[in-house]
Parts: sequence; C-alpha cells; structure tokens
Amino acid sequence: MTRDRTSFSFEQRFGISAAIVVALACVSWSLPIAAKYPLSWKWPLDQLLTMWLKFLVAQISFITRGIAHILQMPLDFAIGLLAKGFEIPLGSETVTIPPLSWAGVCATFVWIGYRVGGTRLALLQAACSAYIVLFWQWHAAMLTLASVLVCVPVAVACGLLIGVFAYSRPKLNQWVLTPGLDIMQTVPAFAYLIPTLLLFGFGPVAAMIATVIFATPPMARVTTLALNQTPMEIRELGKMVGCTERQTIWRILLPSSLPSLLVGLNQTVMMTLNMVIVASMIGAGGLGFDVLRALRQLDIDRGFESGVAIVLLAVMLDRQGVALANAAKPGAASSKTLAAMFGVPLAFLIVATLLGTQFDWLREFPKALRLSTGATLNDAVSWININYFDAIEAFRIFVLTHFMTPIKVALTSAPWLFVSGVVTVFAYFVGGARMAFLSAFVFAFCLVTGLWDKAMITIYLCLSATVISVVIGIPIAVLAARFDPLYRATTVAIEVLQTLPSFVYLIPVVMLFRVGDFAALLAIVAFAITPIIKFTMTALRTVPADLVEAGKSMGCSGAQMDFFIRFPVALPSILLGINQALLFALAMVVITALVGTRDLGQEVYIALTAANPGRGLVAGLCLALLGILIDRLFQAGVARLQHRKSSQSFVHGELAAA
Amino acid sequence: MAAPQPSAFPRSRITDHLMVSEMKKDLRNTSENSVKLSCLNIWKLYGPHPDRLTGKEQLLAASRDPHTFTALRDVSLNVRRGEIFVVMGLSGSGKSTLLRCLTRLVEPTFGEVLLDGVNMMSLSAKDLMEIRRHKMAMVFQNFALLPHLTVAENIGLPLRIRGESGGKIESTVSELTALVGLSGMSKRLPHQLSGGQQQRVGLARALTGDPEFLLLDEPFSALDPLIRRELQGELIRLQSRLHKTMIFVTHDFNEAVRIGDRIVIMKDGKVVQSGTPEEIVAEPADDYVGSFVAGVDRTRVITCGRIAAPATAHSYSFTVDAQSKVADVAEAIASAKGAVGVLDGGALKGEIDAGAVLRMVSAVRLAGFNV
Ligand SMILES: Nc1ncnc2c1ncn2[C@@H]1O[C@H](COP(=O)(O)OP(=O)(O)O)[C@@H](O)[C@H]1O
Ligand SMILES: [Mg+2]
Repeated sequence: MTRDRTSFSFEQRFGISAAIVVALACVSWSLPIAAKYPLSWKWPLDQLLTMWLKFLVAQISFITRGIAHILQMPLDFAIGLLAKGFEIPLGSETVTIPPLSWAGVCATFVWIGYRVGGTRLALLQAACSAYIVLFWQWHAAMLTLASVLVCVPVAVACGLLIGVFAYSRPKLNQWVLTPGLDIMQTVPAFAYLIPTLLLFGFGPVAAMIATVIFATPPMARVTTLALNQTPMEIRELGKMVGCTERQTIWRILLPSSLPSLLVGLNQTVMMTLNMVIVASMIGAGGLGFDVLRALRQLDIDRGFESGVAIVLLAVMLDRQGVALANAAKPGAASSKTLAAMFGVPLAFLIVATLLGTQFDWLREFPKALRLSTGATLNDAVSWININYFDAIEAFRIFVLTHFMTPIKVALTSAPWLFVSGVVTVFAYFVGGARMAFLSAFVFAFCLVTGLWDKAMITIYLCLSATVISVVIGIPIAVLAARFDPLYRATTVAIEVLQTLPSFVYLIPVVMLFRVGDFAALLAIVAFAITPIIKFTMTALRTVPADLVEAGKSMGCSGAQMDFFIRFPVALPSILLGINQALLFALAMVVITALVGTRDLGQEVYIALTAANPGRGLVAGLCLALLGILIDRLFQAGVARLQHRKSSQSFVHGELAAA
Repeated sequence: MAAPQPSAFPRSRITDHLMVSEMKKDLRNTSENSVKLSCLNIWKLYGPHPDRLTGKEQLLAASRDPHTFTALRDVSLNVRRGEIFVVMGLSGSGKSTLLRCLTRLVEPTFGEVLLDGVNMMSLSAKDLMEIRRHKMAMVFQNFALLPHLTVAENIGLPLRIRGESGGKIESTVSELTALVGLSGMSKRLPHQLSGGQQQRVGLARALTGDPEFLLLDEPFSALDPLIRRELQGELIRLQSRLHKTMIFVTHDFNEAVRIGDRIVIMKDGKVVQSGTPEEIVAEPADDYVGSFVAGVDRTRVITCGRIAAPATAHSYSFTVDAQSKVADVAEAIASAKGAVGVLDGGALKGEIDAGAVLRMVSAVRLAGFNV
C-alpha cells in the first residue's frame, strides 16, 4: 500500500486511473453481459441460507423455545405489573390484581425527575405524562415501557460482559468482536427480526430478543472504550495494590468509569425503545404497533397521536437518563438518598394502586376527560392537500424530475461493470489495495445475490438525501453557530430529534405526501440532517478562542472569520458529521420501505412478511456491507485529503524555515 | 559502593554492555544485608521483538532495529535499606520506565531485579501479586485516586483488596488519615480536595499496607511550588518516623537535593552520574549534570568537610562540624576572625575561612568546568 504510493507520482496514478475508467466505459457499453448481470448467474445464497436456517431451527428449536419460555416470565410480569394486571386462580375463583395505577406511575416519573433533575425535569415529566394520560395512550405506552424495562437490564448485562471480555482480550477484540459489532450495528434492525421470528416464533419474546441483540453492541462498545480510557495510572494502581485481573476490572476500572457507563446505559435505553417500536412488526405490541397499524391504514390521527406518545416517552426516558448520568457524581448516592429516590415512589405506587381498587378514576382515567385530535388532523391535512395540492405537487415533481430521477436513472441504468469498476478504482486511489478489495467484494456480493438494482436504488436514495441534508444543514448550522438564541433552540431541537425512533419520522411525511420516493426522501433527510447540523454547529462554536482572537486581531470581517479561521479548523468535525449522515441515511432508507420505496429495505420487508429468513438476511448483509463500504471510503477519502494538506503545509513550513 | 562512576562509561553501546556485565558479578558479591533492592543491567526496548531477551547478541540485534526505541540502556543500581533514593532526569529520560521495570509494571527486556535478594524476574504472577500486596506501594504523579471512593475508602483500598477485616481497615485508615494531616476529611470525595490534599491521600494509601518499599513517580510535580515544598517537608517528616526504603522520581533537581540520600541522574535511558547530593553538586560529571547543578544553592548542599583546607594551626578558638552544611555555619565563619577549625568526629580535619566559602559559592571552579 505504501509502496505503490511512493512508486507512482500523483499525476501518474491519476493518469492510470483515468485510463482504467475509459477502458471500463468502452467494455461496459459494448459488452451486453457487462451492462446487465445475467439472471442465470445468480447464486441462490438466500435459498441456501433459508434451508440452512430452517435445518438449524429444527435442530435447536427446543433450546430456543426454552429460552423463550424463560424470558417470557419477566416479560409477563412486567406487562402484568404495568398494563394488564394479574389473574391468579385461587381454588375455584380467580383473584384479579390490577396493574399499577396510572397516577402512581406518573407520580413516580415526576418524583424521580425532581430528584435527579430538579423542578424543570419534574415539570417536563409531568407534561409528558399528562399527554399520555389525557390522550389515553396509557396501555400502549405501558406495554412499550414494560418491554423496555425488561430488555434494558438484559442488554446492559450482556453489553458489560462482552465489553469486559473484549477489553481483556485485545487481539480477539480487534479481529473478531469489533468487526462483529460493526456488522451488528449496520445490519438494519429489520433484518434481525427475521431469524428471531424463525427461532422464537411470533410474539413479544421474539421482539424482546431482537431488541436485546440490537441494543447490546453500543453498551459493549462503551464498556470497552471506558475501560481502555481509564488513565494508565489507575490501571497501574490496580496492579500495585495487588489486584487480580478480575478485581482490577470490577473493583477499580468499572466503578471509576461510572459516568461513561451511565452514558452507555442511556444509549441502551434509547436503542431499546427504538427497537421495541420496530419490533412491533413481530408482535411486540404497544405504541409501535399502533403507529404501524395507522401507517398501514393511513389513519393519520391515530398514527399521529401514538407517534407523539412515542416521542414523549422517548424524551422522558432520555432526559431522565441524562440527568441521572449527570447527577451521578461519584459516591453521591448514599443509602439515604437512595431510600428517598426509590422508597417514596414505591409508596406512591402502592397507595395509588390500592386506592384504585376503590376509585375507578385511579384505575382508568375517566373517559369523559380524555382528549383526542378526533378528525381535526385528518381535516387539516385534507385542507392542506386541497388548497395547496398544486404547490406541493409542483414542488414534488420539480425535485423528482430535476434531481432524483436523473440520479436514479444514472445509477440503475449504468452497466454494473462500469459502476463497480469506477468505485473500486476510486477506492484504490484513496485507500490502497485493501480498500479496493473491500469495494470489489461488496459489489460482487450485490451482483451474485441478484440484488444489484435494489442496491443501486438504496445508494441513490442515500446519496441524494445526504446531498440535500448537507445543502440545508450546513447553512442552518452556520447561522445557529453565529446567533446565541438560535443556537440554544437548535440544540434543544436536535436533542429531541435524536431521541426519536426512526419510525416516527415517517408519520408527518406520509400525512403530507403519501407514499413514494419523494416522501421517503423527506423522511431520510429529516433523519440524516441532525448529525450534520450538530457536528458542524458544535465544531464552529468550539474553535479555540485564541485562534478567533488571532483572526480578530488581523481584522477579519465576520464572513472572513468563517472562511479563513472557523471553517478550516472545523472541517474535520464537519466531515465526520457528513459521514454520520450517510450512515443515518442508510439506516433510514431501510425503514422507508414502509412507504413504498423499492430498495434493499423493501427486500427485507418482503422477506419479513413472507417469513423468508434467507432472503431477508442476504438483503440485510448487503446493506451492512454497503454501509461499511460507504463509511470506510469516506473516511479514507478524508484522511487522504488531510494527508495531502498536511504534507503540503509541511513543505511550506520547511520553505519558511529555510 | 559499586555504583558506576560516570567516567567508566565509554560511548559505544556494545562495549557499554560488556563492561557492565563484568560489574554484575561485582554487585552480586556486595549483596550485603544493607541492600534492599538492586537492579542489574536493565534494558528496556520498545519495538517488534519478544518481551524478554536472554542473550547479549539478541539484545544488540534488537536495539539496532530502526523500529526499536531504547528507553533504558543497561541501568544498574543498588538501593539501600531505609534510604530515599532519587532518580532524576529530564522528561523522556526513562525515569518512569525504570521505576516500572523495578515493579514489573513494565517488563524489562533484559536484566534482573533483586528485592531482598529475591529475583523479581523469576516470580510467578501470583507471587508477584503477593509481593505487591505486602511489600511495595506506589505514589502517582496524578494521584490516581478512585473518583467514586471517599478519602477513607481510597486509603483503605489496599487492605480491602487484600481481604482484611473491616475493623482492621477502619483503625488503620483513621491512623493514617491523622498521620498525613487529613483528619476530618475522611468522608470527602477526591474532587472536593485540593491537589496537595489529594496527594496526601495518595501518600496515605501507599502507607496503608505497611510496605517496606515505596515508589514515588514525580509525586509532587503536579502541585504548585509552595504546596510542593510543604509536601516535601511532610515526606521528610514521615520518613524520619517510618524509615521506609523509597525510590523517588523527579525532574526537579532542587527537590532531588532536598529529599534524596542518594541521587542517580539519567539521560536518554542511561545513568550519567550517581552519588550523594553533595558529590553531584560538587563534582558534576558532565555539562548535562552541570546544567542542573547550576541552579542549586550550593551552600545548602555542600558540607564544611568538603571545602576544608588542611589545618594550619593545632587549635582554633572556633570550630564547626565537618557534616554541617556551609549555609548553616556561614554566619559563624563570617563573624570569626580568620579561619575556623573543622572537626570530623571530634578530630581536627582542617580549616575554613570566609575566602573558602566565597570560592565555593562562586561555584564552578570546584569541579573545574564551566557552565
Ligand atoms: N509504551 C511505549 N512505547 C514506546 N515508547 C515508549 C513507551 N513508553 C515510554 N516510551 C518512551 O520511553 C521514553 C522514556 O519514557 P519515560 O520513562 O516515561 O520518561 P520520563 O518518566 O523520564 O519522562 C520516552 O521517550 C517515551 O517516549
Ligand atoms: Mg515520567
């Protein structure tokens, strides 16, 4: 890799690449086989996988069903406690124990909010709970919460164990665990559902297992990172006081990195919530199921109400978690504060539930007081559609014809040999032989599994959404970085947007644009724009003060300051934001299959409904590979740019010194 | 004492190594009871080679590899029981690496470490753990206090790891908290303490297991000058009561002189000079050492015995002890008429006059080199 860089000059390599591209173009457009990959060459990997999985399932189903049975118990308990109550047969009659009263649960949220985050958090919790109660999303919300409550401890425990294991075996971590976690995080959540469905059957437990698998990698990563980032001295202290390896990890390193671990815990909670929503497709029930049903029936009001409930639940859990992580100053939780934190709410819950047996309104919020958007939202949307249909339609058509369709046509109709060849040459150019190999492998995988067209549509959606996100996001970030009130507003907005399960983004676009590529594009942009704004804004605001002062003392105007000082310094972070946006976009493309795009997500979705695990897994793998390729290519490209720049400035430095 | 004289070090690495290998036997023979720890021909190489090299040829081949960085080159030293042994050098000279090789926090690539005559290199992981639990303790530059534990819990940590009972821990901890002057703060968390207080906790924790051997890696370097002086005084006070064997790493020559019974000075992983503070101040081996010595108040280091001239009279109306520092008797010398006598163990050894003191203060001439 290094050798071929030194042996060819930049111009030479450029020339060679250009020649290869021209040659590829000639071959591709003259050879029919190079243009359209023959169907007969397809390698039936999906069928093989399906066969193999079905065989596997037949062999081990008694284990998996056993596991499912064990997991069913805590889940049933949580669901009973929060949503359904218990029916205990006692002799001839059954005794019914009601679920926890809504008033008690709300009071608990508010109380904990107050303990960890003061009055503001308490008010936030109260407002969010009030919505869920007033619009009576209570049962669904509690079903969702029950899944979250059961999944989070399992995911955290698994994550901790894997993280510790990865830390104590660095080689294994580097070669097996990290790539494994990479793939687990880039395979779309959908794709997990299929094998779990197969192994554990339709229902809440399968959903729970898929959720745990999805939410474990971030905790594992955070754990390994936190362990590796503990100061060297602390590790040496462990050795010097004579700790065994296990003592070092569990008594010295993990407790001293508690703040990072709590951040990981919060991430796990949010991932869990996100996945519980997606997993409603295989029977998780709860808010996600309501939204899904509403999406399928295009019942905007119901979908919107449940969607908002998801948002608020996410905000509640996230703010609580963040405040908890901040409040967890090491050692702050003495036994007394712990008693107050958990004892008081326990009392609330018991009292409210007991009273609930006497007073109906404590068991079920009175129907008369409940609110609903009724048909108003539907009417509003219809009104918009009637009055602004032309404008919206014109806009939609404009974007489609002038921006999206050209890219789509270019990507889908170009010969496969040309597309993959050009990207591979580019990969070689920025990242050497290994990158080229990766690129060739990914494209080959798409081809032989017969997913080329869908992969191209995926790339097209992902790229065009990222471009639009950059075009919209960067100006917003620049303005927000400049003006304080806007900065504060944007920060809050982004924090909220980031906690939303990706599913929720579909609701407003479907309301306005129904289905299709354009609606999908909007949802993807809305999802992918957050990292761009966040990274750019933060980077611009955190440019070191002395550099800014240096600029001022040179007499830079505001715009000059941005151009000469802030942007160059912030560029690496901005690029990182764009890289994130690409991955976010890819993750969202999959979900947009629900609004009728024909990408790899659709393939997964079809496989899911047809319970065809091989097909879904192959498409999922294809997506993961594309994600990894995009990520690595982008990073290598950025590194290459910066390498060039730093070597240039080094030359300048030498000249100046001479 | 077999501490290598600087002039005995030729430039070339190869002969270097051979020379000191001879000396290794020499050191073994002097394994008197007074030696607490000795390290013999320690090399530490960072690079693509096995952790431990056995033969000289392997070592030389590895150290010539362009990807190898030699952090320690053939360091040998003896630390005596009950002394404060200072390792001094600029940053990057390998002090921390040396300290960590002595405890096997870093595996030396070559060489041996003997603690109380036991070869540390041949210990199993379990024995090493036992030795660390009972015989040695370390104080860190950035304190290395656990953020989630209170002062008392931090101090008690070594005992808890050993599995001692609660009562013993409690009594030891309260005793030590008082010893380092932190009574009344035992419920605080590290981030509620000042830097100086944090390092007091670090010191107390190092003393918890009642180790015979303390290793301090630049313990006061992260502190403000005033606090640093205060803690140096504290350490000297503690040592006068406890008589531990200490290895104290610092890059501050004044600190080395103030605290150390003996000092080795390191440069690029090699020992360039070793001796008592006075020997080093009086006779710096080269310009590198000389540049450190230049900033030191010599009158507080050099004793009367060293600058005494042969006696010219049989008795003096006024005498000073040969061991007293010049600064402590300067007043007396100045006010005396003519020379004062220097007594060593009661016997007359020589004489000093004001001129001798001035010559010594004007420095440089003593060892005959220029700064
Ligand atoms: N793990 C390592 N790998 C490579 N080089 C190292 C490593 N640790 C220390 N070094 C190098 O060894 C030299 C000595 O380091 P150190 O002992 O920490 O110096 P000091 O404590 O005197 O400042 C330094 O130049 C440092 O860069
Ligand atoms: Mg050091």
